[in-house]
Amino acid sequence: MKVVGQARRRVDARAKVTGQTRFADDVVLPRMLYGKLLRSAHPHALIVEIAASAARAAPGVHLVLTGADFPTAYGIMPVSQDEHALCRGKVRYVGDPVAAVIAASEREAADALALIRVTYEPLATIASPEEALRTAEPRIQDYGEGPNLHRLAHFAFGDVEPALAGADQVFEDVFFYQGSTHLSLEQHATVAALDADGRLTLWSSTQTPHYLHRELARALDMPAHHIRVIATPNGGGFGGKSDPFNHEIVAAKAALVTGRPVKITLTREEVFYAHRGRHPVLMRLKTGVRQDGTIVAMDLETLLDGGAYGSYGPASTLYTGQLQTVTYHVPRYRFRACRAFTNKPPCGPKRGHGTPQPRFAQEVQLDKIAVALGRDPADLRLQQLAPANSVTANWLTIGSMGLKPCIERVVQGSAWRERRGQLPFGRGLGMACSSYLCGAGLPIYWNEMPHSGVQLQLDRSGRVTVFCGATEIGQGSDDVLAAIIAEVLGLETTDIKLVTGDTDLTPVDLGSYSSRVTLMMGNAAIQAAERAKAILSASAGQKLGLPAERVAFADRRVFDVENPSAGMAFQEAVVAAEVEHGTLGTTGSYRPPRSAARYRGGGVGPSVAYSYTAAVVEVEVDPATGWVRVSKVWIGHDIGRVINPVLARGQVEGGVYMGLGEALMEEQAFRRLPPRLSSALVHKIPSMLEYKSPTALEMPEVVTYFIEDPDPSGPFGAKEVGQGPLLPIAPAVANAVFDAVGVRVDQVPITPDLVLAALGAKAKGKSGRVGPEAFPAVPWPEALVVPPPWEGGNGKAINEPAKSRDALPTHHSGTAGVKV
Amino acid sequence: MMRAPDFRYHAARSVKDAARALKDGGPDAMLIAGGTDLVPNLKRRQQTPALLIGIRHLRELRRIRNGKGLMIGGAVRLSEVAADRKVLRHYPALARAAGLVATPQIRNMGTLGGNLCLDTRCTYYNQSYEWRQAINFCMKAPGATGGHACATPTGDAICWVATSSPRCWAVSSTDTAPALIALGARVTLVSSDGERDIPLEELYADDGMAYLTKSADEILTVVHLPPEDAAVRSTYWKLRRRGSFDFPVLGVAAAVRFGEGNTVSDARVVLGAVASHPVLVPESAELVGRRLTDDVVEAFADAAAAHAKPMDNTDLALGWRKKVARRYVAGALRELKEAHAAK
Amino acid sequence: MSPRRDARKARIALTVNGEERDVVFAGYKTLLEVLREDLGLTGTKHGCELGECGACAVLVDGQPVLSCLLLAVECAGADVTTVEGLARGPALSLLQAAFADKGAAQCGYCTPGILVTAQALLERKAHPTRAEIAEALSGNLCRCTGYLQIFEAVEEAARAEPHAQGPAAGRPHVRTEAGA
Repeated sequence: MKVVGQARRRVDARAKVTGQTRFADDVVLPRMLYGKLLRSAHPHALIVEIAASAARAAPGVHLVLTGADFPTAYGIMPVSQDEHALCRGKVRYVGDPVAAVIAASEREAADALALIRVTYEPLATIASPEEALRTAEPRIQDYGEGPNLHRLAHFAFGDVEPALAGADQVFEDVFFYQGSTHLSLEQHATVAALDADGRLTLWSSTQTPHYLHRELARALDMPAHHIRVIATPNGGGFGGKSDPFNHEIVAAKAALVTGRPVKITLTREEVFYAHRGRHPVLMRLKTGVRQDGTIVAMDLETLLDGGAYGSYGPASTLYTGQLQTVTYHVPRYRFRACRAFTNKPPCGPKRGHGTPQPRFAQEVQLDKIAVALGRDPADLRLQQLAPANSVTANWLTIGSMGLKPCIERVVQGSAWRERRGQLPFGRGLGMACSSYLCGAGLPIYWNEMPHSGVQLQLDRSGRVTVFCGATEIGQGSDDVLAAIIAEVLGLETTDIKLVTGDTDLTPVDLGSYSSRVTLMMGNAAIQAAERAKAILSASAGQKLGLPAERVAFADRRVFDVENPSAGMAFQEAVVAAEVEHGTLGTTGSYRPPRSAARYRGGGVGPSVAYSYTAAVVEVEVDPATGWVRVSKVWIGHDIGRVINPVLARGQVEGGVYMGLGEALMEEQAFRRLPPRLSSALVHKIPSMLEYKSPTALEMPEVVTYFIEDPDPSGPFGAKEVGQGPLLPIAPAVANAVFDAVGVRVDQVPITPDLVLAALGAKAKGKSGRVGPEAFPAVPWPEALVVPPPWEGGNGKAINEPAKSRDALPTHHSGTAGVKV
Repeated sequence: MMRAPDFRYHAARSVKDAARALKDGGPDAMLIAGGTDLVPNLKRRQQTPALLIGIRHLRELRRIRNGKGLMIGGAVRLSEVAADRKVLRHYPALARAAGLVATPQIRNMGTLGGNLCLDTRCTYYNQSYEWRQAINFCMKAPGATGGHACATPTGDAICWVATSSPRCWAVSSTDTAPALIALGARVTLVSSDGERDIPLEELYADDGMAYLTKSADEILTVVHLPPEDAAVRSTYWKLRRRGSFDFPVLGVAAAVRFGEGNTVSDARVVLGAVASHPVLVPESAELVGRRLTDDVVEAFADAAAAHAKPMDNTDLALGWRKKVARRYVAGALRELKEAHAAK
Repeated sequence: MSPRRDARKARIALTVNGEERDVVFAGYKTLLEVLREDLGLTGTKHGCELGECGACAVLVDGQPVLSCLLLAVECAGADVTTVEGLARGPALSLLQAAFADKGAAQCGYCTPGILVTAQALLERKAHPTRAEIAEALSGNLCRCTGYLQIFEAVEEAARAEPHAQGPAAGRPHVRTEAGA
């Protein structure tokens, strides 16, 4: 192949290094106004009154909006439509938007916010899932599967109890994975404007323009085809720009009301409140194994701190368990999950969405199992990999599976066999593995249309323009799209004109989430390009006196594959086709095949392909201080096929980086003031200084190995690389700390005080483990029983547990008592 | 974007002019040099001066000169301090401390005088106006009372770090002050009424709010280092989460003069970021006449760590910070001993 | 809406990317705001406006500084270089080209601040070590790359051009990939 697999400058590199990439906040329009949101200073309160007349009269102010202006609820998932652009009747966390000021300058808007008087009636707060479990009133939301419980899930894929009873050994651990935020360098921004034809255009830093488009139409009660959403290149996403956000809907509304362009750019602190980051998750994991460490049954409970709103929560909840079966063969599996509401900014999808937490639990526990049974952790894993082309206990269909060579490469690269357990005290190696989706098998809202669409337009100039709704968030989706078209048509990536992420111009692509773009957009692009190629082959073949099958495309030429010198320039072939057919265009679509999982909840987890990753991390631990320094990382990733090795390696290194941040320092932490003095419950550190993310000085050397075993489902065999490589990092660090100093930190971040505490405990003859001690009692519902394939199942549940009544938002809360 | 409030700006023509403007401006006037500490506070409304007096351009404050020792102007950039040949050679504790402040860009802006006068820090204080409104403010930065927040009516009088305390526990977070105090530096303070020299340690008070003893209209113009002394070894150890950006959660500065037979003839060990002021460890004097054997070092480290009173208002766990203080003091002294031995 | 106050306007003359500019702006603004909003140079980014991320770095008199912490009223007479000033005409500088080729820009949002900071490093030190590069860029957060490809790009640019040694002042001596 001439393009795919070749290292090259990405198509948007020039714009990025010259400062010409136009991010959302760089959009400047004539007569533009600026908006600022007034955010709640209360963690939980009823809104009694909003007095905005002074703000309305303030210098430069054009408009003040409140919840009364936004009667319609929205939310990314149809089952969690619990948000309003501005709060109606109630605030649920410090930072919840209450009112908006639109003014001639951002400063004037901010100054006028201070003139709005809001009268609140404070309510008791809930700071943790444990509190939510024992607090029936007040309720943060008026829906859910328990008073302050958003979702409850219980799956039995086979009966684990007898399997655990029959196991040679059962290991049970409680783990905690702290919440973290995306911390994209770009703060969310949006510009809304009325076009000359009276329609609305919204430029926004969104990863999901299509979903935003739908929710804008809903929240503004406007026909969707009168709204245009342009996803500007995102200055980092990582999942944090995947929801429809308050400021986007407010800006749109303000543009409709004022008739002028309106920009809203969040401050960094506001980005911490917009959040939708990694859920803090408490986990209890019980695994039964045979004497050699082979898993016979696994029983997982997870408790998610969801924050105050639904967001992607229903999916996040299921992701804390559904992918546990894809890495190693698990014959029987029980999974119970609970997402609680708390008075904090809503959690949602962050790189790895819901799966790094249980991955941490499983990979650390496997390390403990290996140590307890005297097995090499690498061998313990290798002996029980989930087989390629198989169906898991929970009915996920695995295609290609390249974890074995991933493990072998990192074992070899790190000299694992010679060095693990052999390094001097204070140095150690740890291993972990993982797997991840290559695109969610189902869209966010149920439909049978394509997940990704691509249109190609060609004309006599030789121009090839590709239109696709996919969204460039830095991951390189534009380059992948250009590469695939160029590969098929024998062009260079620089020959392809790209139009992406624009709901007026481009066919729908569902967005940059769930590592779906390369596979889904790529397959749609291949189809569109192959169709164009067929048209050009026929026309060019006619001119060359050749059957279409003998026409080949390469080096910007169309030629006889058996006699390459006989041919024509690509442009001449387009001319020939335009003569024959008139105006030229083709389309391509992709929709993943139907999943084998036919049970309720089985929509989360299926993917047409899974990527695999193995990592070895080397650490140095200072036993005097507990300080952990990561000195080197070896990582093998089963990517199927590399499209651009420069970008693929960047994704791996970026994933390692973000995983290290979560492993060692990042925390979305909150603080409750002494209750006798204050009802405050605040984000502890909403700043880039105090939310610790690794700098250039913390980054270790990373050795990356790509395993290229093309997956038949992927474009040219490609699988994902954007999320999977993050997953093994935190557990590998924890396992390396154990190898270095013999203590277990069963939670992240692994801070030096925890390591020192564990060392201190061990020195006193105690266990040398720190971490959560207990998992609270959760009112688990009746299990949905789904027999695994090897127990005669057919992918469907064999029972029908009662569904809780008030699981969906009712929307009648809210308007009472608001005077504006 | 976060936006600063309105202010008038006066570019001072001289120190004298700045001093006069500062006096005339009264409590509504503030100096601005590097701006790296003040500008964030303007944007977050911790300070809202009506008048800013710019002194960053004043040549008389930007010189490093030889006098009786080394004289460093108050507006010399931290990056210049850290790279100065004389500082590197004779006052390594200062070079290291200045070179570890914040980030390279901030060291290109921030000044030595600014770092010495750095506002004390606290995770309840270094927050936006809106965040502080959500806790109903604190005694260090009371806010306007309004209809929006009502967490507690007494918030303005409270230190949230120690709610029964009558005082503010914000933390002295300057890196260069511990180093300069260990080195025995003095500073010149100039006002429109005249000037005075004081030992640097006397610039600081043990109070998170009134953390400087100088009056508001005094300008720190010059830092005087004692004459170079080939028998003195000095160092600075900084504890923080990351290798860049972060303020210290512990700073240990040590300067030791070695005399006959490797005995200590003078010693000053200073702890930073453990209190509202840099703490000159009084037991330093007891090192005089002794050799830095392991026993002496460990005993001293125990004594020094007892002065570290970390509170829950900076990064990292406070109990752990106290434990590490001991390690850092011992480590710093061992480094000096080894540097002296390697001479 | 009541009439807008006569916002306190300030006026300064400065040099931006080699061009003399005379600019009137609201007096509270930092250099960052004036560059982006009053001079239309949106290449310089902002991630926090508090000096905590490095995205807004520009060169002032050859030194990397944070434009979000620099009051614009204090920039009279300053010589400012932003990312827009690195290329010469249509040709990328060697550093820009290396960033493009080595994957040093993923989302590209931290890139302008890192480019000017790295440019100043290469002015000061023609062939920096990996540790010196990391130190010089330690005030610029990047959430995409894990920094390694950024380091490689700086090394690549250093290999490509023997930079003039000596202290940097004023505009950087930029060589371009086309040799322009």
